Amino acid sequence: MAQEDIELMSVSVDRTKPPLLSARNLHKSYGRVVAMNGADFDLYEGEILAVIGDNGAGKSSMIGALAGAVRPDSGKIVFDGKEVHFASPMEAREQGIETVFQGLALAPALTIVDNLFLGREYRQPGLRGTIFRALDRRRMRAEASKHLSDLGLATIQNIDQVVETLSGGQRQGVAVARACAFGSRVVILDEPTAALGVKESRKVLELIRDVRARGISIVLISHNMPLVFELADRVHVHRLGRRIAQVRPSDITMSDAVAIMTGAMEPPPDAAA
Amino acid sequence: MADEIEFPGAATGRSALSRRILNHLHANPTIIPLFVLVIGLIIFSFVVGERFFHPFNLSLVLQQVTIIGTVALAQTLIILTAGIDLSVGAIMILSSVAMGKLAVTLGYPPEIALLLGIGVGGLCGWFNGIFVTYIRLPPFIVTLGTWSVFSAMVQYFSNGETIAQRDIEAGAEFLQWSGEAMKFGAARVTTGSIMMLMLAGFLWYMLNRTAFGRHIYAVGGDQEAARLSGINTKRVLMSVYLIAGLICGFAGWLMIGRIGAVSPLGGEMTNLDSITAVVIGGTSLFGGRGSIIGTLIGALIVGFFRNGLALAGLDVLWQEFTVGLLIITAVSFDQWLRRISN
Repeated sequence: MAQEDIELMSVSVDRTKPPLLSARNLHKSYGRVVAMNGADFDLYEGEILAVIGDNGAGKSSMIGALAGAVRPDSGKIVFDGKEVHFASPMEAREQGIETVFQGLALAPALTIVDNLFLGREYRQPGLRGTIFRALDRRRMRAEASKHLSDLGLATIQNIDQVVETLSGGQRQGVAVARACAFGSRVVILDEPTAALGVKESRKVLELIRDVRARGISIVLISHNMPLVFELADRVHVHRLGRRIAQVRPSDITMSDAVAIMTGAMEPPPDAAA
Repeated sequence: MADEIEFPGAATGRSALSRRILNHLHANPTIIPLFVLVIGLIIFSFVVGERFFHPFNLSLVLQQVTIIGTVALAQTLIILTAGIDLSVGAIMILSSVAMGKLAVTLGYPPEIALLLGIGVGGLCGWFNGIFVTYIRLPPFIVTLGTWSVFSAMVQYFSNGETIAQRDIEAGAEFLQWSGEAMKFGAARVTTGSIMMLMLAGFLWYMLNRTAFGRHIYAVGGDQEAARLSGINTKRVLMSVYLIAGLICGFAGWLMIGRIGAVSPLGGEMTNLDSITAVVIGGTSLFGGRGSIIGTLIGALIVGFFRNGLALAGLDVLWQEFTVGLLIITAVSFDQWLRRISN
């Protein structure tokens, strides 16, 4: 996709409205290690926000807090105008925030269907579901096929295939499909291309665009600068446990972004967070 | 998006056929143990002949594997969560001692004694679960410790004395009920064996047809991934140890039926025998992969091999030798499956 198209797509993002998901002044320490040191975060409805930062900058902790996997020591998270306190990933999911965690969070020995519905299985109607806790496997299989083909993952023909027999790209596809199938508002992707080759990364990129086209807001954490600059509407630069800049990919070069991220360059005055 | 995305990378260096076979082995881990069982039965039918397939002999093997099979069912649940339980035998004996003491010495109705005895098993499992789940100690260490603790409790409560068969018959015959046999021609099938099979059926359903069962596999496969998927991993682990304890308590009842008395001895080999059945049945010691049916087959393999070798006139040492080889083969196969899938 050419640069102009991305500019066009981002026009639909309305930044005069308050952000859909935001965080203010998050703190988190693990013993002496400070993972978040007053981190702020803003995601607007309908945009793709990339989060970049050096290793150990605290990106994953911040994402964990937004996704309910990490409890911040202090600070405030606001989603859709209301302050939220997610105690578990489940609570964030119930609000429509889905996360693909780095390392995928799939159960290796279970099938694709089992994984798609892991933690939110459908039960049979009536007594079979309430008393005998029977799973509605037919319904789950039908919905799983639909989700996968909606996302263009139809080449995964056998949805009863065990996840550990899939390639890295296919597994990523399943993880992304799960997030996108259930994430009604926000999908957070932590290093979705980390383990993938060039070709497989392209597929994930197309998936992300496809999901955004459905009106879902996306947070993309990545070290893959070309991917970030190709996809993102805005880039959040994280350093030493906090946001130090917000830039538009069109206003800055890749090498400057990396320089800000590593502390080699001060952020431009209008971009400082 | 209309155009189809294909994910490359799966087919590198492996033919479609071998990938399909591999996938089948992943999806149906019981194929291999079933194959071993069938081969074993064929070999013994040639070596031993008619005596081996005599209904009486077949039902005898079933009786012999009932207790180990039941404990192995409990062990399967634990091993599926990537744990191990060395205290299962001690829990079983402690439960049977509790049942015998309550019913015979203290005069409780045997039905109540049975429930309380199973409850003792559950309590032991719960105790293991607390240390594994909340204090996060390795299951091997926890259950190595509780093996000693529970064994000491057995000696304390029993004073090292056996409760004789006639004393149980006098007032608490119900405790021996699981040893009663139904006759099908020459075959004698005990109620204990039938209850073991029913329990296996129940556990199969739980593992394969309920969300809780799927969560056990997920927790065993990758605990952190399961947690991030929104599974309450602590509750799953606690439940598994509790259920395993209850099953071991139930096995204590079967034990009384089998030997007719309550003995503080025995059960030393139950720990390792149960692990043997689980491993030969194709369940991975690394967690997340395995099945109840595999464990039943594993227990039957051990039972039939021991029985067949004995009938063939071989010394007991060759039974041990063969079982040892089977364990190593089973674990090697599991390792190989894991390696090629990564």
